[in-house]
Amino acid sequence: MINWVATSVFIFFFLVVTVLGFVAARWRQGDLNQIHEWGLAGRRFGTIVTWFLLGGDLYTAYTFIAVPAAMFGLGALNGFFAVPYTVLIYPLVFILMPKFWSVCKQRGYVTASDFVKDRFGSNALALAVAFTGILATMPYIALQMFGIQVSIAALGIPLTVPILGLNVDLPLIIAFIILAAYTYTSGLRAPAMIALVKDTMIFIVLFATIIYLPLKFGGFGPIFGAVQKNAQVHRGTFFAILSDKQYTAYATLALGSALALFLYPHSLTGVLSSSSQKVVKRNAAFLPLYSLMLGLLALLGYIAIAAKIKPLAGFGSNGAVPALINASFPDWFAGFAFAAIAIGALVPAAVMSIAAANLFTRNIFKEYINPDSSERQEANVAKITSLVVKFGALIFIIAIPTAQVINFQLLGGIWILQTLPAVFLGLYTNWFNRWALLIGWAVAMILGTIMFFAAGLKAVYPLALGSLSLSSYTAFIVLIVNLVLAIVLTPVFEAIGARRGQDLTSPSDYDEERAPVEAQEPAPEALG
Amino acid sequence: MINRRARKRRSWLLLLLLIPFIVLLWPPFYNYWEPSFIGIPFFYWFQMLWIIITAILTAIVYLAGA
Repeated sequence: MINWVATSVFIFFFLVVTVLGFVAARWRQGDLNQIHEWGLAGRRFGTIVTWFLLGGDLYTAYTFIAVPAAMFGLGALNGFFAVPYTVLIYPLVFILMPKFWSVCKQRGYVTASDFVKDRFGSNALALAVAFTGILATMPYIALQMFGIQVSIAALGIPLTVPILGLNVDLPLIIAFIILAAYTYTSGLRAPAMIALVKDTMIFIVLFATIIYLPLKFGGFGPIFGAVQKNAQVHRGTFFAILSDKQYTAYATLALGSALALFLYPHSLTGVLSSSSQKVVKRNAAFLPLYSLMLGLLALLGYIAIAAKIKPLAGFGSNGAVPALINASFPDWFAGFAFAAIAIGALVPAAVMSIAAANLFTRNIFKEYINPDSSERQEANVAKITSLVVKFGALIFIIAIPTAQVINFQLLGGIWILQTLPAVFLGLYTNWFNRWALLIGWAVAMILGTIMFFAAGLKAVYPLALGSLSLSSYTAFIVLIVNLVLAIVLTPVFEAIGARRGQDLTSPSDYDEERAPVEAQEPAPEALG
Repeated sequence: MINRRARKRRSWLLLLLLIPFIVLLWPPFYNYWEPSFIGIPFFYWFQMLWIIITAILTAIVYLAGA
């Protein structure tokens, strides 16, 4: 049954952001036929816009759907590690990202792969980084579309419509076309502008739910009482707090995920679109406000347990929070909340497809297909690639069972973390031999993928030393393998004469103080 | 000289950013149900509190050094 009131509210907000997405092309006008204008919005975003953009970009359908769902279905380990994870991101950002911003600004880099190519003098390594970035982003975009799918289903709209005897995922395809169209025309300006609406809506939904729902259930005491009871009933699968065998898994999930987040192309795109390294640093102090939101949203999974919610059919635990919203709020507010979740998924999906497009254009098309392409051609290729990437994600989500979407996003996390030695350590040293880095990367990618499937599509691998259980985040285990190989093989390659590549960057490129600051508009104009 | 001195002070402050890693990556520190706060078990409110503490530490490092 379609909930018409909720659906009307949902469509209204969806239309508002669609208009905004197209209007964004005219915001702080630049020549959108240049890739750094289309794909990095001219690197002119100040502190406030960057805060909204990064907040809207980093806190995705994973935050709104997958984290509360993991809390609902599995409890402390699988759900709440997201809190230490999103705490530890920001000290890392504070230390690493101003350096990365400076070198990219001074040498005109658009992607991490651009940087690696010059730093280690290696086309092969640059290709590996670009390939990994695109590969890891695809399931992440698919997860966003999954978020939109859940919201649509929660409104009671049928997911597929029979057309000429075929079941077509019509609602999702419509959402996809809207997203694709404004990303194509406006580039990074579109998600930046929509992020203002998204974040406002999400905060409204959060405050309403996190104040109203606990009051309804007699405070947090009874809610956690229900959680404790749930842990007794589902002993061994659901955990109210960690069992002592889960400590290493919890810590490595938090640290590994924190290290991985700013290797993703969409995060780096957000950083590079800011106007100075000071903007990046200030945001490292202000962005944790979103982590607080994430922590509170996670608790919605527990409230759904206390409310004895039956999840929406077909989505497993991921249907729990939408069902909770439907059961607890009037229709118009449910429509608003689902619009917030769907728009919340649109912003990162747009940035991700732009970031993947930047990578393809700069590091595959210009490098291997048409080295003499003009700036205009480059921008065109990027625009078209953003369509292709999104279309690939759409096929992915339609083709594979919805329950698996999140697992593949975890696999993406395992992959992207393997670019850490080249990208993050590369910010500090060019000591590594390019071939050692490449072999470390390749072995870790393959090993990580095998371990992921061997563990039954799970990101935690049941490692054990004798009787000591050291179950850990697979991404983290293979990162260690990766690092060891890079360190051990560097002197080996030097000895056999496969020399280091030439480092085209100079130490002053990394100097945060010397990096120029892009002129930004005063704040009121920046918001308008 | 002054520049170098300022830098030295800054690098010392960066150690503050290590604290959240030490605290949060060692779950035995906080894997308890009690004491709870407004009904929220220690495990949950303690980690959420560290969101705020880490933000403050980051702000201190920014204001004092950069």
